[in-house]
Amino acid sequence: MSPRKPPSRRPAGVTPTGGAASAPRAASALAATTPWSYAPAPESREIVSIRPRYGLFIDGRERAPIDGEVTVTYNPATEEPLAEIAKGSPADADRAIEAAERAHRKVWSRLAPRERAKYLYRISRIMQERSREFAVTETLDSGKPIRESRDVDVPLAAAHFWYYAGWADKLDYAVPGRSPESLGVVGQVIPWNFPLLMLAWKIAPALAAGNTVVLKPASTTPLTALLFADVCRQAELPDGVVNIVTGPGSTGMSILTDPRIAKVAFTGSTAVGIKIAQGIAGQGKALTLELGGKAANIVFDDAALDQAVEGVINGIFFNQGEVCCAGSRLLVQESIADEFIARLRDRMGTLRVGDPMDKNTDVGAINSRDQMEKIAELVASGVAEGADLWQPACDLPSRGWFFRPTLFTGVAQSHRIAREEIFGPVLAAITFRTIDEAIEKANNTAYGLSAGIWTEKGSRILDVAARLKAGVVWANTFNRFDPTAPFGGYKESGYGREGGVQGLHAYLRMS
Amino acid sequence: MGKKKSKRIERGSIPLPPVSPLIAALEAAPAPGRRSEPTVAEASPITSTKTARSVATSDARIEVRRTAKLYIGGAFPRSESGRTDTLRIPGGSSANIARASRKDLREAVRVARGAAEPWAGRSAMLRGQILYRVAELMEGRAAQFEADLIACGRGRRAAAQEVTDAIDRFVWFAGWTDKLASVLGGTNPVASSHFVFTIPEPTGVVAILAPEASPLLGLVTRLGGVLAGGNVAILLASESAPLPAVTLAETLAVSDVPAGVVSILTGRRDELISHLVRHADIDGFDLWGCPDSLLVEAERGAAEHVARVARRPRGVDDDASAHDGARGERIDGITAFLEMKTIWHPVGS
Repeated sequence: MSPRKPPSRRPAGVTPTGGAASAPRAASALAATTPWSYAPAPESREIVSIRPRYGLFIDGRERAPIDGEVTVTYNPATEEPLAEIAKGSPADADRAIEAAERAHRKVWSRLAPRERAKYLYRISRIMQERSREFAVTETLDSGKPIRESRDVDVPLAAAHFWYYAGWADKLDYAVPGRSPESLGVVGQVIPWNFPLLMLAWKIAPALAAGNTVVLKPASTTPLTALLFADVCRQAELPDGVVNIVTGPGSTGMSILTDPRIAKVAFTGSTAVGIKIAQGIAGQGKALTLELGGKAANIVFDDAALDQAVEGVINGIFFNQGEVCCAGSRLLVQESIADEFIARLRDRMGTLRVGDPMDKNTDVGAINSRDQMEKIAELVASGVAEGADLWQPACDLPSRGWFFRPTLFTGVAQSHRIAREEIFGPVLAAITFRTIDEAIEKANNTAYGLSAGIWTEKGSRILDVAARLKAGVVWANTFNRFDPTAPFGGYKESGYGREGGVQGLHAYLRMS
Repeated sequence: MGKKKSKRIERGSIPLPPVSPLIAALEAAPAPGRRSEPTVAEASPITSTKTARSVATSDARIEVRRTAKLYIGGAFPRSESGRTDTLRIPGGSSANIARASRKDLREAVRVARGAAEPWAGRSAMLRGQILYRVAELMEGRAAQFEADLIACGRGRRAAAQEVTDAIDRFVWFAGWTDKLASVLGGTNPVASSHFVFTIPEPTGVVAILAPEASPLLGLVTRLGGVLAGGNVAILLASESAPLPAVTLAETLAVSDVPAGVVSILTGRRDELISHLVRHADIDGFDLWGCPDSLLVEAERGAAEHVARVARRPRGVDDDASAHDGARGERIDGITAFLEMKTIWHPVGS
């Protein structure tokens, strides 16, 4: 698979914190003399015109925030400001909820379901038509590689609207015998790792079920949500059906706790999820939470090793590891551990880290300085607690927030890097001897979002999959998503599902 | 572990001094010297107005009364705290109801955790048969259940109706165990080359606050849902009408439900609830029977460890009719404590 000889394995004189400043330069010299090095292949940003300032999207119109405050969103790959964003306040949230409530009462809940479906089909089509614009905007704002935003985030987001569009006039079949109805106004708060995709996961089922929406995007990645507002206008979606309020977490909390909100959907950290659940305690709201994870990717001794290596790489370095379902713990059977780790290091050495807009880039920029610091702190704790750190000798850009792909071996289950969600390109490798030990270690976490199994034995897959406490189990694959397949966690990874008919249930009132 | 059936029933244990009708008749006030707390009796709608009882004559048989105990791990312990609450029964007699402590609760959680995996691991059909067997045994104890409901203030007719409804409700849930995966799960036609399917799995250990207004039918409705989904249950009985729960415990003890799958505690909600909802080894809470005054605290506590919560829909009261007929035959009580697991595998040669 590798088009070039991987760089020599070496312990890399890297500081535990990684980062641009400590990037060794040897690799670039090697690359320059290797005939198989990659020429830059940057995606053009011509297709997007980012405005200097954006307002809030309330009741079908762009509005300035009531108190006039703005924040700035940055390009994580260059640290350059991209645009000024309205810093929505609780007063703005109040306006948005009012608009959504009116739209639900007067328009959206009265619309024939088949007409509601057509709006969603329209949105899906427009997203497909403007997919390049969305992909470029997403990559500029979030730092994720253009290859991923182009091939994963945007097509999947459009697919979600497509899938749920078809449900809008078939709700009686979603819950047989219960003639379900919409709930009302839905409050949704989404994270920065998949800004557009999380928006689609939230808005598509909500609208299909006949609800209206007030959504707050993450404060560091608002641009694709605001571009989506333009899609709503283009689709001529009735005013107030979708409202987008940018702003800080406190504004999000004021949306979710508002008594007019009938249902709350949140994706983000477990700590914030708990605060939300406590904030709305006793209010009788429907609630779904999609929270953190610390997935085990289990490689058995009979696995197809090269495929497993690719799966483990994809599991932890997809979107820089800023994925709640990332395979951040590698559980590898002891008998193949040395061989597997060697192959894994070789493959890590070929990862191209850098400009997210380059179509060859595998690992892009970390979303924010805060996140960089959090990753660095946890990596330092791994070193301090005695795990062995290894990083490939790749070049990092001199500007922007980049973190070198990191592998820890000799990790104990008690180490923070084995217990806490790092949300970065950091893999903690742990070994096991028996199936029972693998399952016990995999389940030894407060989280339970996803897990991976690598083995050629079918009966073992079914046995292990059944015993893992995780909402999504990928066998001989990893990090796959589809609108027809429900996604969500066990234990402290939250509750409720997104995707599939199960994802619709949370947005319906059963009489 | 699942094969071992350790149903120890403390038949031979030393009972409390029996309260004979004679003594009860002579006692106008709560028995002196007993650790009796009248709060339950005061809180309950049941008030004892008549104290006239037949005084024992030479040929009268003295009734052998039941000691109402806790049900934990298949055994019938008293509360480790030694406390009881007095329940006044119409007609003048009374019963001493064990008042569970925080330690009793912890013990119930411990045995529930141990019972969870073996119970979930039994085949769906077997779990259905085990639950159906509970209904069979309830049928045989119908008279006792009726007496319990009458003792809690129900009329004779209403009591008989509630008992038959409760038995039928258990049968309804028993039939669900081997249908949930087909109705709630399925295969997902993803766009990529993968075979993807979704199956429901039990959440684990679920604590139930039994509905206060419907001490038998409500209790069976909430418990049936939790068990049918493959979960194990810790049940906090109705505070004002605990006797049907005590009889249900005695029924479960001689059924095929393995020890620890259901534990039943009697006691005071306001005393136990903050410990209950914060116990991190309880995965879910059925708060249908939670009084509104305790709901915020209960939900806040449950949120601390992201426990699943089922509660009354907005605007629905916890009255007896909420569990009647089609209103009670709802799959919601099952689905609240199911986790949907989605499994992917590539398709290819």
